[in-house]
Amino acid sequence: MRTAAIRFIQSRGTVGYLLIAAVLFSAPLFISDFRLNLLAKFLSFAILAIGLDLIWGYTGILSLGQGVFFGLGAYCMAMHLKLASTNGALPDFMSWSGLSELPWFLEPFHSFPAAVLLGLLLPAALAMLLGYVTFRSRIRGVYFSILTQALVLITVTLFVGQQAYTGGTNGVTGFREIFGYSLSNPDVQMVLYWITAAVLIVVFLFAKWLVGTRFARALQAIRDGENRLRFIGYNPDIYKMAVFALSAAFAGLAGMLFVLHVGIISPSMMGIVPSIEMVLWVAIGGRGTLIGAVIGAILINAAKTGFSEAYPDGWLYFLGALFVIAVVFLPSGIMGVRDKLMALVQRRSERNTKQLAEKGGESIGANGMDSVLRETNR
Amino acid sequence: MESTIQLLFNGISTSSILLLIALGLAITFGLMNVINMAHGEFIMIGAYSVYVTQNMFALMPDAWFEAYFLVALPIAFVVAAIFGLLLEWLLIRFLYGRPLDSLLATWGVGMMLQQLARTLFGAPNVAVTSPSWLNGGLQFGMVVLPYKRLFILGMVAVVLVLMYLYIYRSAAGRRMRAVMQNREMAGCLGISTRRVDAATFAIGSGIAGVAGCAVALLGPIGPSTGTYYIVDAFMVVVLGGLGKLIGTVAGAFGIGVTNTLFESWTSASIGKVLVFAAIVAFLQWRPKGLVAMRTRSLD
Amino acid sequence: MAQTEWILSCEKLTVDFDGFVAVNQMDFQLARGELRFLIGPNGAGKTTMLDMICGKTKPTSGKVFYGDATDISRKKEHQIAAMGIARKFQAPSIFQPLSVFENMELALKQNRSIWTALFRPITSEQRNRIMEGLQLVGLHEKAHMRAGSLSHGEKQWLEIGMMLLQEPTVLLLDEPVAGMTDVETEKTGELLMTITTSCSVVVVEHDMEFVRAFSSTVTVMHEGMLLKEGSMDDIQNDQRVAEVYLGQKAG
Repeated sequence: MRTAAIRFIQSRGTVGYLLIAAVLFSAPLFISDFRLNLLAKFLSFAILAIGLDLIWGYTGILSLGQGVFFGLGAYCMAMHLKLASTNGALPDFMSWSGLSELPWFLEPFHSFPAAVLLGLLLPAALAMLLGYVTFRSRIRGVYFSILTQALVLITVTLFVGQQAYTGGTNGVTGFREIFGYSLSNPDVQMVLYWITAAVLIVVFLFAKWLVGTRFARALQAIRDGENRLRFIGYNPDIYKMAVFALSAAFAGLAGMLFVLHVGIISPSMMGIVPSIEMVLWVAIGGRGTLIGAVIGAILINAAKTGFSEAYPDGWLYFLGALFVIAVVFLPSGIMGVRDKLMALVQRRSERNTKQLAEKGGESIGANGMDSVLRETNR
Repeated sequence: MESTIQLLFNGISTSSILLLIALGLAITFGLMNVINMAHGEFIMIGAYSVYVTQNMFALMPDAWFEAYFLVALPIAFVVAAIFGLLLEWLLIRFLYGRPLDSLLATWGVGMMLQQLARTLFGAPNVAVTSPSWLNGGLQFGMVVLPYKRLFILGMVAVVLVLMYLYIYRSAAGRRMRAVMQNREMAGCLGISTRRVDAATFAIGSGIAGVAGCAVALLGPIGPSTGTYYIVDAFMVVVLGGLGKLIGTVAGAFGIGVTNTLFESWTSASIGKVLVFAAIVAFLQWRPKGLVAMRTRSLD
Repeated sequence: MAQTEWILSCEKLTVDFDGFVAVNQMDFQLARGELRFLIGPNGAGKTTMLDMICGKTKPTSGKVFYGDATDISRKKEHQIAAMGIARKFQAPSIFQPLSVFENMELALKQNRSIWTALFRPITSEQRNRIMEGLQLVGLHEKAHMRAGSLSHGEKQWLEIGMMLLQEPTVLLLDEPVAGMTDVETEKTGELLMTITTSCSVVVVEHDMEFVRAFSSTVTVMHEGMLLKEGSMDDIQNDQRVAEVYLGQKAG
């Protein structure tokens, strides 16, 4: 692990990452409170995108159910905030539905650490369970994707139906403070933004370390042909369950942060459409590259906000077209386009170098460019 | 007793609509291995075809109006098939052998088609007036079997028989099966695989259009009508297994009937959870669905 | 029942594919350190035999004893592989997106748990072993190339290298020289000779020239059953074997 850290620090790409981190942390200085809140939301989506990239980009398993995990995390945090802001009284939606006291299974949400822990563990456990019953019986590919989509459908139905515990269609909202600080206070929002940015960076570094290990090699081997991996003695089911649970935990984490910025979670935010949109973030950014997933999540959501404010109808045409374009023309997303451009520049610089060398000029190493390319590729 | 019969009939009726939708999928997914997420939108296109036909007939003498639904059926088939043909030609043919990619791309297409419907017909749902001969129902004591639902059952039976005849008894169907089983060999034998692919996809889409007619009979229709059914229909195909019609039929009735029963015994939301759990449990026992084909290939 | 001098002993193996009996009541024994060829016309059930030993296909009835009389016929593929039975398929089974080195790293004999994969990077001693393996199969200069960009023959050698690193006790090879040029076949033959010194091997083969180059026991299968077992000379002089091969690719 230490060598991995050293490698990371020494690599050329690190300069770029540090720059991005610096921009992220200083963002509150340039943009309005409103925009900062939006950006914070996008950053929480980026956390989810990293998890989705691990399972889809690296392992080749398309989960259309990330919305469920995102929602579970979000509901955990929302439930805590709701309980914390009612001062011991029963939350409004529960009394409307005829409950007279808090159900036992919601008691733990009085505690913030317990809520956070559950927000990570519940999604991971659900993913583990679904992974166990599907991967073990060799259900995979599109079958798995369809089952995850069905999971979304029944979870949404369940959350809408169990109004007394989940707030039904309206979801959980109407909480104003965290640890006694008002959520609408710009300073509190700025701190929450920084927390989100820090969490994103930690998650990114963790994922970065992960993809350098042999664990990630096994994941890539699963994507290429999991049965072949079985015959050299690995149990791909366990690896798949682990990465599915990890991606679900990231989604739960994203959901918890999301609620802090948006102040509401409802079943419509974890439905089929948002779940598949999440896949698009990774597809557009470039599956199999972590930074691509982050960029994709931020970019698509920024475009969505900008576009749907101006032309709400046009946005859906645009979004639909993006799916088609991402699959047919940009199979490796923005990062793929960038790599192609870099290669082009490199070829050109090589040619220039050659000409320079012929003229007796000094040669700037084309290898330098090459190593940059390789470093940032992973 | 009566309530049980009524329940069972409702279950069978739900199944028949699921089956009608899943039959189209059984062709595009089961035979061609293309995940067409826009299938739901083809249902919507079929439903709106009924709506438009109805509006045209409203301009004609009253006596003719009664017959509009019978005219709408072939129209819905043809319109949805044309959309299918276009989709196959513009997009799907580049995505054969990449099921996950076809899933994502067709989802995008579905999104655009929904928006198109919103632009053309407006976002609110519209109602289709069913012909008067479909109102009312057969009454046995307390049990009422609505004519609409009986008509849909009949429709499913007819579509099923026609599909069977086409796939297993016609020259075109034989070519289709040949291409789906061994593309290279079929090509070598002089079958135009491109044409067969296009025709197969168009037929699958056309059947979705017919399913749209049934959906239009049951209630108001809107731009997102199709999405409501699509996940269940895919589950039918997964449960039934690929490659044989009988699997799809069994899958549809399995899901439709258990869904209705569970929902009446518990609540709508818990019922859905139970059905999902039952499907997953079933797949533990038969991961490839009811009807499975074995292969020797490694991956 | 199983005797300890056998490393592998199959008893009355039968598999029924929906009414088609691919292998029928087949007995098969492999001694420690033995190199055995499995031949027979198309559809004789040779590949299916290998499939049942390595766990890809579950036998309908019968048992497969391995090592100290452990029945492995109901175990999962990865368990069987981890016990020391390696399988090489007809098509190269390497991982295309990974580099040659990474392929070898995955195959290297070590704990296959997630924990190890996460927290135990390979030691320099293991790295050397990988490089030695690559040297042996002649791919050491291509260690950092994408495995998918290798030629067909190189892919086969990479796979053989991967099997070396797995340090198997029993190696199952399915037509290792199919589709190879003569030069490649010769090199592959040499590589296999190297491997067979350290483990027991079963080879399914069509190329009779290749089989004849090794003087070892040959098992002939026909229609899922054992037809004849003996040296290559015995086999060639056997009336029934000649009949079975008549009109086919005879030696």
